[in-house]
Amino acid sequence: MNNFHTSKGRPSWILWIVIIAVIVSAPTILPVFRLNLLGRYLSLAIVALGVDLIWGFTGLLSLGQGIFFALGGYCAAMYLQLNSSGDFPNGIPEFFGLYGIKKLPFFWEPFHSSLFTVVAIWLIPAAVAALLGFLVFRNRIKGVYFSILTQAALLVFFNFFNGQQKLINGTNGLKTDVTLIFGQLVGSESIQRWLFWLTALLVIAAWSFSKWVVRGRFGNVLIGIRDDEPRVRFTGYNPTLFKTIIFAIAGGLAGISGALYTVQSGIVSPQFMTVPFSIEMVIWVAVGGRGTLLGAILGAVIINYAKSLISEALPASWMFIQGGLFILVVTALPEGVLGWIQGSGPRNLLSRLGISRYSATYPKLEMNHNQERD
Amino acid sequence: MTEFLLELKGITVKFGGFKALDDLNLSLRTGELRTVIGPNGAGKTTFLDVITGKVKPIEGDVYFKGKSLLKQREHRIARLGIGRKFQSPRVFEKLSVFDNLALAVAWPKKPIPLLLESTNRAEHARIDKLMSIVNLQAKSTVLAGSLSHGQKQWLEIAMLVGQKPDLLLVDEPVAGLTDEETDLTADLLKSLAGENTVLVIDHDMDFIRRLDSTVTVLHQGHVLCEGDMETIQKEPRVIEVYLGQPEEGIS
Repeated sequence: MNNFHTSKGRPSWILWIVIIAVIVSAPTILPVFRLNLLGRYLSLAIVALGVDLIWGFTGLLSLGQGIFFALGGYCAAMYLQLNSSGDFPNGIPEFFGLYGIKKLPFFWEPFHSSLFTVVAIWLIPAAVAALLGFLVFRNRIKGVYFSILTQAALLVFFNFFNGQQKLINGTNGLKTDVTLIFGQLVGSESIQRWLFWLTALLVIAAWSFSKWVVRGRFGNVLIGIRDDEPRVRFTGYNPTLFKTIIFAIAGGLAGISGALYTVQSGIVSPQFMTVPFSIEMVIWVAVGGRGTLLGAILGAVIINYAKSLISEALPASWMFIQGGLFILVVTALPEGVLGWIQGSGPRNLLSRLGISRYSATYPKLEMNHNQERD
Repeated sequence: MTEFLLELKGITVKFGGFKALDDLNLSLRTGELRTVIGPNGAGKTTFLDVITGKVKPIEGDVYFKGKSLLKQREHRIARLGIGRKFQSPRVFEKLSVFDNLALAVAWPKKPIPLLLESTNRAEHARIDKLMSIVNLQAKSTVLAGSLSHGQKQWLEIAMLVGQKPDLLLVDEPVAGLTDEETDLTADLLKSLAGENTVLVIDHDMDFIRRLDSTVTVLHQGHVLCEGDMETIQKEPRVIEVYLGQPEEGIS
């Protein structure tokens, strides 16, 4: 009964084959350093999926996803530190000693449990997002005001985390690469390989989940909110609830993403909550293609991989390239690269070059008549 | 006294210093078809805004099925059974005709059921029926944004009916339609009355004549007079109000 969404995503199965091939072959082809980078960028794809859900589908441009990303990272990092700190004074992570703390702050106690941590990594960011979102959406704050508010929230969190040496080691952050998991160093090659597989698996899981969320009428309500929120209201829906739920989902995805990124880069610090980083997340989605999900994944991985390759070859040039890319997408490909490919982009290009015989004037004529629904 | 479905009592709305509605009183009986006319700026659309909760009056009260609507938010009012069609057609352009209607007929309109359940067989049947009423079966999978103006108007009316409201508020349904489409729309609205209560706002006189209903004339935010089309056209105050706008065509 559910084949009404036929228009979304034609050539995406080709892309999927490419993606799976890359993921499967990467551990054998890439040296461990590059593999680790790819793993990190794949984990960023998960936060990008969340950005696509709230921005691409629901029209909420959040510039504060770094908050939820960092929260997930801190949860994972503290769990690892707590489980590797048996030999330190008082049995608590070493940095507490620097500030004369002898007893673990109470809110870190549950992070001794791995089960609690696995839940907290997504549930805490999701809950914070739900609370923040509910207050904002209930007051009907939207558009650019919403963006500014999320950025302000990001700055508040950034400054707060920077100042809390005694609770979370402040600006130094929490290291994970010298901690232990399953009796091995988290920074070791075997664990990093294992984390790569875990990340790849979770990217696909996050994608499937996001696809499921937007697949049916729930997703259509989100699109309705993006395009005409008052109309949604007069149809009998409460946009506040829908926006809060999707913002919480994006927050949860950001938390998972942050945790995976942390364990693969070896540290979490308030640097995860800088303003440019959260804006970059938006750029990945804009370049990849808003409202396509797959575009968010491709945007995050390819842009970040390009960033590291180009920065190695031509240091200091990356910011210009990234800025140029963003301008190019906004002016020439407003739907993003994937949106352009899936839309009438290639056909328009071909006909403009005189290659295609098909006119681009009535692109929808041939598909209108009596397409059977079930 | 007949049971009134909708009652507006002494409604006053101010925008800055300007009184858009001034002590407006109006009652609708269940099953009635009512047309509201009035020159530009008479407060026709504001009056719908008050009923649907978009604008809150500074004085007066609105009762629907005997309950006050003033404290209710828009989506609650919609769920109570008031559906609204906007002046310019407002459909979800990036969704197909089918999906637009699926959002209208969905019940309950809560996030979790919508996430977990897809359109069921009964809803499917209703959507098909709605599409056949407004002649859009062939366009089921077409994006609403690529429909013609008239088709969008009809899709929005179909969405309105799909919400199963007790009261349909229809704001200028025939703006920009051809004569033939206008006649079909009039017949559609007439067939909806009886089972539903329908309130139409317009100033296309041929259309209103064809609706053949009680007409309420609004002027400067309050009711000038009420009656059938014949009486209204002879009413000197109405002629006076409309004289400034000969193209509106009260003859």
